[in-house]
Amino acid sequence: MTERQKILGRIREALAVEAPFPGRHDVSGKPAPTSSLARDCLPFVGDSVDEQLAAFRQNAANLQAHFHLPGSRDEFKMQLIGIRDAGGWKKIATHSGELTDFALQSIDIPAIKTDSGYDMEELEKCDAGITECDALIAQTGSVLVTNRSAGGRALSVLPSHHVVLARRGQLLRDLPAAFEFLRRKYGANYPSMISFITGPSRTGDIERILVLGAHGPRELTIFLL
Amino acid sequence: MSSPVQQFKQAANVVAHDLQHRATIQTALEKYTVIRDQTRGAFRDYAAVRQAAAEIKWEAVNHLDKYLELFVSKLEARGAKVHWAGTGEQACEIILGVVREKKARSIIKSKTMTSEEIHLNEALELEGYEVVESDLGEFIVQLKKETPYHIVFPAMHLTRGEIKDLFNRKLAANTSDNPGELTMVARRVLRKKYINADIGLTGANFAIAETGMISITENEGNARLTAALPKTMITLLGLEKILPRLEDLALFLPMLATSGTGQPLTCYNTMYGGPRQPGEFDGPEELHVVLLDGRRTELLANAEQRDSLHCIRCGACLNVCPIFRNIGGHTYGTTYSGPIGSVITPHLRGLQGWKHLSVSSSLCGACTETCPVKIDLAHHLLQNRRDATAQKPARLWKLGFKFFAFIINRPAIYKLLAPLGRVGQKLHSPLKSTRLDPVYAWTKTREMPQIAPQTFREFWTNRK
Amino acid sequence: MIITLFIPCFVDLLYPCVGISIVQILEKLGHKIDFPEELNCCGQPAFNSGYWDEARLVALPVLRRLKNSEVVIIASGSCGAMLKVFYPQLFAGTEYEPAAKKLSARCWEFSDFLVTKLNMTDLGARFPHKVTFHDGCHALRELGVRESPRALLAKVRDLELVEMKEEVCCGFGGTFAVKFPMISSAMGEVKCAQAVETGAEFIVSNDSSCLMHIQGVADKQGKKLKTIHLAEVLTSQ
Repeated sequence: MTERQKILGRIREALAVEAPFPGRHDVSGKPAPTSSLARDCLPFVGDSVDEQLAAFRQNAANLQAHFHLPGSRDEFKMQLIGIRDAGGWKKIATHSGELTDFALQSIDIPAIKTDSGYDMEELEKCDAGITECDALIAQTGSVLVTNRSAGGRALSVLPSHHVVLARRGQLLRDLPAAFEFLRRKYGANYPSMISFITGPSRTGDIERILVLGAHGPRELTIFLL
Repeated sequence: MSSPVQQFKQAANVVAHDLQHRATIQTALEKYTVIRDQTRGAFRDYAAVRQAAAEIKWEAVNHLDKYLELFVSKLEARGAKVHWAGTGEQACEIILGVVREKKARSIIKSKTMTSEEIHLNEALELEGYEVVESDLGEFIVQLKKETPYHIVFPAMHLTRGEIKDLFNRKLAANTSDNPGELTMVARRVLRKKYINADIGLTGANFAIAETGMISITENEGNARLTAALPKTMITLLGLEKILPRLEDLALFLPMLATSGTGQPLTCYNTMYGGPRQPGEFDGPEELHVVLLDGRRTELLANAEQRDSLHCIRCGACLNVCPIFRNIGGHTYGTTYSGPIGSVITPHLRGLQGWKHLSVSSSLCGACTETCPVKIDLAHHLLQNRRDATAQKPARLWKLGFKFFAFIINRPAIYKLLAPLGRVGQKLHSPLKSTRLDPVYAWTKTREMPQIAPQTFREFWTNRK
Repeated sequence: MIITLFIPCFVDLLYPCVGISIVQILEKLGHKIDFPEELNCCGQPAFNSGYWDEARLVALPVLRRLKNSEVVIIASGSCGAMLKVFYPQLFAGTEYEPAAKKLSARCWEFSDFLVTKLNMTDLGARFPHKVTFHDGCHALRELGVRESPRALLAKVRDLELVEMKEEVCCGFGGTFAVKFPMISSAMGEVKCAQAVETGAEFIVSNDSSCLMHIQGVADKQGKKLKTIHLAEVLTSQ
């Protein structure tokens, strides 16, 4: 017998006796709750786009992520150039995409494109990583990326400044909506990495004091275009 | 070589009197409690979420075979290699096998308590492999050659001054004690390690059966890097980590964050569904997933305590436990401390040897109250006590309780206790708090209460 | 109604005033007290130590005697939890399980009985002191009693209530106090420190075993804290 068979055998034997259902002594057996329950009990987010936008903005601020809502492509270009100069960027990393291509053109500095293959040491030296994303989540202030939408696994986490380019239509309401979205978009063939990024990297391991930029990006900037 | 219970009592004695430790832990946990309460308050119905989470875990654990098989088939379909380990030793052997095969020179590790449980680092280091902990707290305790103090906050017991001294001594860092600066020291050291590591070793917070994904929750980004850069990824997890559906994470990610650190959501929540897939240009070429039993199936067979396998390792029960706060994580002398550790360790490591963890509790119930998946922790401690004495009664105690029952059931004898007690008090007085004091266990640190001049029964009798 | 009053041994021997105050309050409200003199212990020490057979030796007479009681009030939160919550577990799978469940439904912690069952909060008491309230863990978490004591204290004239910064166990825990005295007293010290921080003169509680432990620690440390049971506060003038 393989170890697998032995273990599964032990499990089946163990489960021959039923364990008490949690929390409800008077109810026998209930179907597992669905995400509709999650939606009703998780923190409140309004129905309208304006409310969701306001929620995202507030959450991003609480997380110390920078959030920009440029009115036009020109405004976006100017803001990005401002960030480039403030950060003294010499070289950045990005991936091919409609928004990222525009961004790269705008700041006009040397860049690695991860989807053309990259060297890790070179990526590590880049001042910033600019990526697109799959969605923004209003309820939590999160950015949803996958390795397909954001230039691989490392780009959104290795360079010390992560810049995210999102489109208006990508703002989702809450976590249940995010998982519904993932199922619709990728259900047949999920990317091998899906990540919810909620603020710049942080740690509280030293005396529970918050420090940003533990290993991942010290700065997170989100543009909603 | 003293037994676990002797070591426990010795260590508890030292730490419980360490006022510096008491203050450090109190401060850390006060901060946690404040944010946690705020975050809980933002849920529209926190109680309902707790019940839902408990039910989902019940579903997963009580159909574990079905969900495990689904999980494995999905993972294998995407090119991951799944290994089943009956024991910790087997898990170590499997991982060593991969490491040897890859001729690895350096291994970078993100946080996994399961690896502590099987003493993986020791096994790897014995064979000459360098294992670097990338989580800041783990990095610190690894340098200090200590085990993690807390399952979520490994270095909770250390002050910034101690960490500064450690870094200056071991890393020639020349740093101040500013937490930001200290963190940057670790960041600099570890950046190189990620890039040069051949193998990335991770744990998993959840295993999603429906889609064959491993879910990892972290704040620092070290697990993201561990799962992105090295050519080979190995993930070790206990087989109870299963969740049925991907969408269950919509509930569990916030619950884990709220209970674990008080945050609404942890910084990086990432689902990995295999090694680098066709068309993908980075990520590990190989993913090995090691499923560990390690006597979890024994706990599974205990229907009364099966819910302890619902544990999501959030650490909330540790945070609220007054015993944990006063004796500290290291006193437990085992991987899982706090209430959950006190419940499961007798099952994972032997009832008679480790029952003292279930006995050393005032049964206040704060753990049961806080557990996000409603594990009946305090009552399990009682059940462990019952099972331990049934298996191997301590004759003196058993006799003592029989004798007590004899007296207490006989009003005529009981009536004598008050007058006898008053005499006993007078005789006791000169012995009090000295080594000859028969109740020294009480009087060493507490004053004795006195028998009342008139007991309630005496009052009642007089009144009639 | 006829109220059966269960007085455990430590209340009988060490804190009879608690029992006396409860009798005073209930009789003043027009109820008759049934006091089963022959019952001295709920069996919790043996139960908590894992000796359930020996616990049943003590618990069975209790179960039998209280079989026909209309209402049972237990003068201690932890003993109350033993009767209400743990007797059904102790007698599970035995012929006494139905009786244990029936008894459970008729058991009340003292303050909860006044507020929830009798709808009484104002007993005309006066206690001109600054106090803080310590929730005994069993009453708090096994019996769900949190609001009732506070509702009663709110109506005591000239009493000022300040809450401690957290609800945490005092460290008594029955046999725990003597099996692990170093941990027990550390917890007691933390509790005393939190009480002192409030500036209160008195710690009030609904469990005198907690108060025994807290007072013991406070006295040993030379702290000026005084402890008093809720029932005694409610009969003060």
